[in-house]
Amino acid sequence: MWRFLVARASLLVVLVLAASSAMVAVTSLAPGDVTTESAMFGATTAQVARERARLGLDRPALERYGLWLGRTLRLDFGTSFRYGQPVASLVAARAGHSALLAGVALICAVAIGLPAGLLSGSGRFPRTAAVVAGVSLVLLSLPPLLVALLLTFVAARTGWAPTSGMQSAGADAWSTGARILDVAWHLVVPVLALGLPLAASFERVQQAAAADGAGARHALAASARGVGLARWLWRALWRPTASPVVSVFGLAAGTLLSGALAVELVTAWPGLGRLMFEALATRDTPLAAGCGAAAAAFLAIWTTLGDLAAWWLDPRLRPEAGR
Amino acid sequence: MTPPGEALEAGPGRGRRRVPIAVAVGLSVLAVVGLVAVAAPVVATNDPSTQFADRVLAPPMPPRFVDAAGGWHLRPFIYPQRLVDRLEQRYAEDTTRPISLGLFVGGALVRPVDAAAGPWLPLGADRLGRDGWARLAFGARRSLGVAFTACAGAIALGLLIGLIAGYAGGAVDALAMRAAELVLVLPVIYVVLAARAALPDTLPPSTVFALTTTVLTLLGWPMVARGVRAIVAREAVAEFAVAARAMGASPLRIVWRHLAPATLGFLRTQALQLVPAAILAETTLSYAGLGFSQNAPSWGTLLHDAADIAVVVDAPWLLAAAGAVVAVVLAINLATLEAVHRR
Repeated sequence: MWRFLVARASLLVVLVLAASSAMVAVTSLAPGDVTTESAMFGATTAQVARERARLGLDRPALERYGLWLGRTLRLDFGTSFRYGQPVASLVAARAGHSALLAGVALICAVAIGLPAGLLSGSGRFPRTAAVVAGVSLVLLSLPPLLVALLLTFVAARTGWAPTSGMQSAGADAWSTGARILDVAWHLVVPVLALGLPLAASFERVQQAAAADGAGARHALAASARGVGLARWLWRALWRPTASPVVSVFGLAAGTLLSGALAVELVTAWPGLGRLMFEALATRDTPLAAGCGAAAAAFLAIWTTLGDLAAWWLDPRLRPEAGR
Repeated sequence: MTPPGEALEAGPGRGRRRVPIAVAVGLSVLAVVGLVAVAAPVVATNDPSTQFADRVLAPPMPPRFVDAAGGWHLRPFIYPQRLVDRLEQRYAEDTTRPISLGLFVGGALVRPVDAAAGPWLPLGADRLGRDGWARLAFGARRSLGVAFTACAGAIALGLLIGLIAGYAGGAVDALAMRAAELVLVLPVIYVVLAARAALPDTLPPSTVFALTTTVLTLLGWPMVARGVRAIVAREAVAEFAVAARAMGASPLRIVWRHLAPATLGFLRTQALQLVPAAILAETTLSYAGLGFSQNAPSWGTLLHDAADIAVVVDAPWLLAAAGAVVAVVLAINLATLEAVHRR
């Protein structure tokens, strides 16, 4: 177990370094730099040259990479070219917003997807199963980008939820409770956009696992013994199928990350995806590197947690059990 | 309530009757969209880039069979549109002057017989007064073109790598599979984003097409390669393969004639999963402004035009491309239902 954790930790370091280095390379190789891509319109050539010298952009790309690497290894992530703020605090704040969005979306997806999949896969409710399968098929065909667009349209048309941002104007002056409610109100559209397609994919996996499990001997035996329906669903059907379903959570990380970008772009949610998008577009090298590192760390930690959860549920999968 | 055993027996029988309808619907939707894409120049009602200054954000002009007085007509017609207020972008229909639609008028499939009534915009116009339907039809070419090319590329690359890895085994196999796993964990859209950000903002459409398909191919092959490798590794020890080797067949012949055919069914289901993914990737990329440019409509650039919610609220027809994407992806999912049930 410890060997596994050490291996994953070193993989995390490698992944973070690779992702952030790739970001540095991409923003450095791209035509133009932050002085041409951001608000320096109307500046004189001398002003631009001074700004470039201040940011160190006049040095060769390889030397810049060396300097960046040296600072990063000392955990100094630099200052964003564009915002003039430390990258670490900027990324941390935005990552928090993204984590809030992804976390609530994930909870909704689990709360909707798993029970729906369990019911439709149990074979006890054929009508419900048909409806759930149809809804799932439609939702699976609706990626977060399109759900976000459609929900934003509906929200703007009917006014039942705000369509962009995370807070109402002037919310900073409100009481804590009002601010929390305000954020929750703003979460409705992005959470549904991110969570509904995810719920559908969870439902499909749980449905397949439950359909397999419903014919298993222990489930039939429990059913023959006259175990009550709720207890049968929970003990005989759900518990044994939990581990294949949990292993899908690991794969959901990619969906959450990619979907979050589309949703954040459409709904103007101030998250990590949009920050990275802006950083790449404005050639903000330190910020792009920081965002890449955060995304890579999230991916590595998430898949590790997914594996640990699967092992906790099913000892047969543990590394010391096999081979 | 039925006991589980009975429900299991009833399941497949019901499924067999229900599934072909879903597959038929899916395939016919795909066929229609494919036809529109291929025949875009003929199906389009106008040139996709022409800007009609008097038609900015004009609402759709559906073909009608019932006139304003409630009378039915066998031949479809439209009511010509008139600009009422340029600032508020209000339009009115001239219900006194119905204009019939004719087949094969002036090189187009369907067009009003009287050109004097102004352009016919079946799906309305965008913010520059361009024909939404024409842009959707030409966009289908580009979006589906990227998706199918990328899918074909990923299948070919995955098949090649999977065949080599599965047949060779050993270090080659291990290397190929580690590479595949590495690509699999990458969040696709960020990789595409970063790769695209390294290039100039505006590129000619042909370059964008080549780049997008290449990147999507490079991201799509691992799933294919893993599956092909598993099948080939299993089949390579089967009697017919051993017999072929004993008869002196070359490795190339064994792999191509005896092992590759076993992967066909798998490749078909993979292809049907790769196409929607590629369509969505192109859409997201162009929506973010990193795909095709405005002069080259794709479904993603059409949605990019619809990014301003303040405009879309009053002009929902700008979201037509979203409907097209959903229709195609849903159709593909319906068409694959059968394959999923069989598995």
